[in-house]
Amino acid sequence: MSNVSQRIQNDINTNDVVLYMKGTPVFPRCGFSSAVVQILTELRVSFKAVDVLVDPEIRQGIKEFSNWPTIPQLYVKGEFVGGSDIVREMFDQGELKSFLETRGVRLQAA
Amino acid sequence: MAMSVGEIERLIREAIPDAEVTIKDMAGDGDHYAAMVVSSAFKGKTRVQQHQMVYDALKGRMGGQLHALSLQTAAKK
Repeated sequence: MSNVSQRIQNDINTNDVVLYMKGTPVFPRCGFSSAVVQILTELRVSFKAVDVLVDPEIRQGIKEFSNWPTIPQLYVKGEFVGGSDIVREMFDQGELKSFLETRGVRLQAA
Repeated sequence: MAMSVGEIERLIREAIPDAEVTIKDMAGDGDHYAAMVVSSAFKGKTRVQQHQMVYDALKGRMGGQLHALSLQTAAKK
C-alpha cells in the first residue's frame, strides 16, 4: 500500500465520518462539496473534513483509493458511501439518517 | 473542453447497450449536465457500483473534461 493510501486508510479508520472536499466546511470552494456539508450539518453529524485543495497528493490519491473520479467523497466507518449525487439522493429519500444510525454514528441531539 | 450531450450519450450506450439515457444541460453552457441512466445491467448493484459503471463508460473524462455531471441511476424493471 502506498504512503498516501495508508494516510487515507488511517483517516477513515480513526474517524466515524470523513468528508474529502474542496475547501473547508466554513469556506467550501465548490458547490458539490458545499451541498454535502449542508446535508451533514442538517443531520447534525460531526465529521472530519479533509481539504484536498491544500494536499495534491490526497486529491489524486483519494480518486484511486475509491476508484471514484470526483470530489467530494463521503466515508462512514471506513466505507465509501458516495459523492454528492448519492449523498443527496440518500438524504432526499430519508435513507441517509437511518444509514448513519445503523452504522452506529451518533447524531447530536437537536 | 466541454462535451456535447450526444457524445456523453454515445459513450454511455457504447458501454451499457440497453441504457436509457436522459441528459439535461443544466446551465446551457455545455459543461454542467444532469444525467439519468436506467439499465438492466444495474440490477443487484449498489449505487456506488452503478455510478462507477457510468464513469467507466466515460473513460476518464469525468472529473476532467467533464466537470459537472450530476448522475442518477436506476435498474430497469
